[in-house]
Amino acid sequence: MTARPPARFVRQFALTGGRARSSGAPLPFETLIQTTPQGRSAYATLTPEWAAIVRMGESPISVAEISAHLHIHLGVARVLVGDMEHADLISIFAPIVSENGPDTALLERLLHELEAL
Amino acid sequence: MSLKLSDPAATPAPPPSGLGMRPMKIVVAGGFAAGKTTFVDALSEITPLTTEAPMTSVALGVDNAGEVSTKTTTTVALDFGRITLSDQTMLYLFGTPGQDRFWFMWDELSRGAVGAVVLVDTRRLGDCFPAIDYFENRSIPYIVACNSFNGQLSHDVNEVHEALAVPVDVPVLALDARNRAAAKGGLIRLVQHAIRRRHAAG
Ligand SMILES: Nc1nc2c(ncn2[C@@H]2O[C@H](COP(=O)(O)OP(=O)(O)OP(=O)(O)O)[C@@H](O)[C@H]2O)c(=O)[nH]1
Ligand SMILES: [Mg+2]
Repeated sequence: MTARPPARFVRQFALTGGRARSSGAPLPFETLIQTTPQGRSAYATLTPEWAAIVRMGESPISVAEISAHLHIHLGVARVLVGDMEHADLISIFAPIVSENGPDTALLERLLHELEAL
Repeated sequence: MSLKLSDPAATPAPPPSGLGMRPMKIVVAGGFAAGKTTFVDALSEITPLTTEAPMTSVALGVDNAGEVSTKTTTTVALDFGRITLSDQTMLYLFGTPGQDRFWFMWDELSRGAVGAVVLVDTRRLGDCFPAIDYFENRSIPYIVACNSFNGQLSHDVNEVHEALAVPVDVPVLALDARNRAAAKGGLIRLVQHAIRRRHAAG
């Protein structure tokens, strides 16, 4: 039996043009975004979701936070952010990791910053 | 010291402000009601947020063979917090979803993580086995943190270390998940452990 997905689900995927993900590897949930000058000046012309993200991105904010604040699924937030970067409205700061996680230099920096907290 | 900040393959977009702001993350795992949300709350500068991810029909089919027709979509909720450590580092703490069956979400959260804090309620030691097996099998650095409910542990940490049969180099410690300094101490132990593991691996 194939039931129809709930309306909210449909609406969310409509936001992203029906795609479940942007091209390329999926962005990790902790990926940070920040609004660009272009994003700021385009603000008034943007769809409500894009405008909300441009507003939130005045200081760096993660895909996970965008998802929580806009009440949209993580996968949807991830796609919106990918499309907005494509349109130069935001910059993306992805985590720097190898297959085994962050490298030793980044871990050392993290350790010092935690100790200073 | 090279932080690989200029590696073009690793940096999708140049920072507009010249800041090398980067996110890092730590996974907070453990059995049901072990204190995961409490731990994230103790450290986070924002009120811990909850977000949802849809569970794919594929994952659903695998999960509940025979029950698929009763529920076609479900969501998995996860909570997370944030610590701004500097103008370069934003650290995120992600609590794993309670149900062990959401392994796809564990995979997603663990990808690129510094490591994991496995919280244990020593009255229900066995509840943390799935988490420990998960991180052990994937060689993800983790520590075991016995949450001292009511200031007491029903077993001391050496007993727990033995009972869980985790490798000797894995830190097993006691902490109060409600206490910020204690929770921070747990993160420090984890990062130290991750660094040692890196050095040991050469
Ligand atoms: N006395 C005491 N209570 C605690 C401590 N840590 C957590 N609790 C309580 O234990 C309960 C479970 O804690 P949570 O932080 O919600 O646990 P959790 O692992 O997030 O639980 P789930 O997400 O439901 O699996 C809550 O009522 C907490 O207030 C502790 O160190 N001491
Ligand atoms: Mg919880």
